Amino acid sequence: MVNGSPIVEGFIEAINLIITLNPQVVEITIRSLYISLTATFFAALIALPAGALIYFYEFRGKHAVVSTLQTLYALPTVIVGLLMFLLLSNIGPFGFLRLLYTPGGMIVTQTVLIIPLLMGLTVSALSGIDRDKRYTITALGASRFQTVTTIIMEARFAVMSGVLLGFGRAIAEVGTVMIVGGNIRGATRVLTTAIALNTSMANYSMSIALGIILLGVALGVNIALSLVQRR
Amino acid sequence: MAIIEAHSIRKSYGSLEVLHDVDLSVQEGEILGLIGPSGSGKSTLLRILDLIEPSDGGALSLFGIDVVAERGRWLDLRRRMGMLFQRPIVFNASVYDNVAMGLRYRGASSDDIDRRVKEALEAVGLSRYIGSRATDLSGGEQQRVALSRVLVTDPEILFLDEPTANLDPGSTATIEAIVARLNREEGTTVLISTHDLSQGQRLAHRVAVMIEGTVAQAGSPREIFHEPRDQKIARFVGVQNIIPGRVVSRKEGLTTVEAGGRQIVSTTPPPAEEVTVVIRGEDISLHRREPGYEEAENLFPATVTSIEPTAPFVNVTVHCGCDLVALVTARRAEALGLAAGMQVWVSLQAKAVHLIPREGPG
Repeated sequence: MVNGSPIVEGFIEAINLIITLNPQVVEITIRSLYISLTATFFAALIALPAGALIYFYEFRGKHAVVSTLQTLYALPTVIVGLLMFLLLSNIGPFGFLRLLYTPGGMIVTQTVLIIPLLMGLTVSALSGIDRDKRYTITALGASRFQTVTTIIMEARFAVMSGVLLGFGRAIAEVGTVMIVGGNIRGATRVLTTAIALNTSMANYSMSIALGIILLGVALGVNIALSLVQRR
Repeated sequence: MAIIEAHSIRKSYGSLEVLHDVDLSVQEGEILGLIGPSGSGKSTLLRILDLIEPSDGGALSLFGIDVVAERGRWLDLRRRMGMLFQRPIVFNASVYDNVAMGLRYRGASSDDIDRRVKEALEAVGLSRYIGSRATDLSGGEQQRVALSRVLVTDPEILFLDEPTANLDPGSTATIEAIVARLNREEGTTVLISTHDLSQGQRLAHRVAVMIEGTVAQAGSPREIFHEPRDQKIARFVGVQNIIPGRVVSRKEGLTTVEAGGRQIVSTTPPPAEEVTVVIRGEDISLHRREPGYEEAENLFPATVTSIEPTAPFVNVTVHCGCDLVALVTARRAEALGLAAGMQVWVSLQAKAVHLIPREGPG
């Protein structure tokens, strides 16, 4: 029973694929990392200052904005995928950009997907700085700008945790990249979509190999998170 | 000249009124102790005076500048003052960077920062931790980091909000010594809030008592502790004997009051007919037999009713018509051989008996 089991064989084959640096495995892994890292970078570029603005400025409806952001954490990824597909397709307003079924389109989609998460986590990271610390900063003679930079610096590890979580969500996510990327071999195929496809084709060794890599990335993010949170 | 002049300061958070009708004046170069029970508004008042938050109303002038009218100058004024908080606050950075914060905000040169930070850490005895992460230090060490972070900016007014409430006696003594030296040598004006009455007495030239959101009395420590203006202040400053009485006569500078059938004389002019007699326990002396020569105007026999040790003192309650609590040292109590039911003589100087007008019950 054990010998000849497709699962055991698939597992052995998968290890082999990884150790021998199978070109297809390497290519898919690199593309996945490239797309999700780039998306995380752009999302952070937008969400961190936006989150800081929400935290530092008092305005009407602030509470509602924060609640909305938190609701968007749980936004189904296929909905984001569908929305971005409609926006980027020929019939949509951004069709002229020709981003549908390209890594660029996937980057934009993942960026949109994790911006609410990053913004929300930035707001809560900054809110984690207690009142006495803010009083201390004011009492030490900080200007408004110096106050903002000091608080952001003080919350840097919590903010970084948020960014890492965002990256984890982006790379592990399958719905949007399937819809917007189209899972085109050699062009938009990433770890998650390749696993879905290979599994449906009973090509278990490839799926398992890619799964191990995806788990490895997730594990890496978790280790980085716990290192950051221990500071 | 008054460096701080506050009149009718008010502050509320939502529907909670924290301060009302606060009048306070602080002279340049003095140490003012702000004492009062928790929740009496001491911290809020210090934050308002340090311009960390605005009051809801009233007049405030700092360094002779009307700060209510001149909001634009708050940052400059704040940079002439410093504040140390009750809880040790350090930032997640090295001790060096923590102490340098205020100087960096003021745009000091890096050479200047380097020299002054090193001097400041030397002064609080933390030089060896200069490169350590501040959050790794003990509470007492963190508070010394916080203090040097304030002192390095040479504040003209230093606000201390219960700075030693969470510290061990050693760290407390270090911080008190630094503050006293700063005031003596640099002439820094100091406002220190504390609920530790002995700290208030040790450090302060003048004491202000805050009760329920307002400054109820301000004066020398002697006035506050021996001549409290009302019952609440008397209770807060630890007066053991607060007894209702009635004035029966006034002659030759002495007021005679009857309390529980016992006549007690006081040097206080009668403030009303119905009075409250205020006597500190340590002003009451107990003797085994009638003292042959005693300067005290009040001298009478009494019966010991209870003995309660509160090391290093003993609270002895005696009955002499009314109940009186005397605070005697444990050694003295032993020498007297005190026991419940025993007959003793009480002596009490008239100037130790303070009279205040009687308020309603409570």
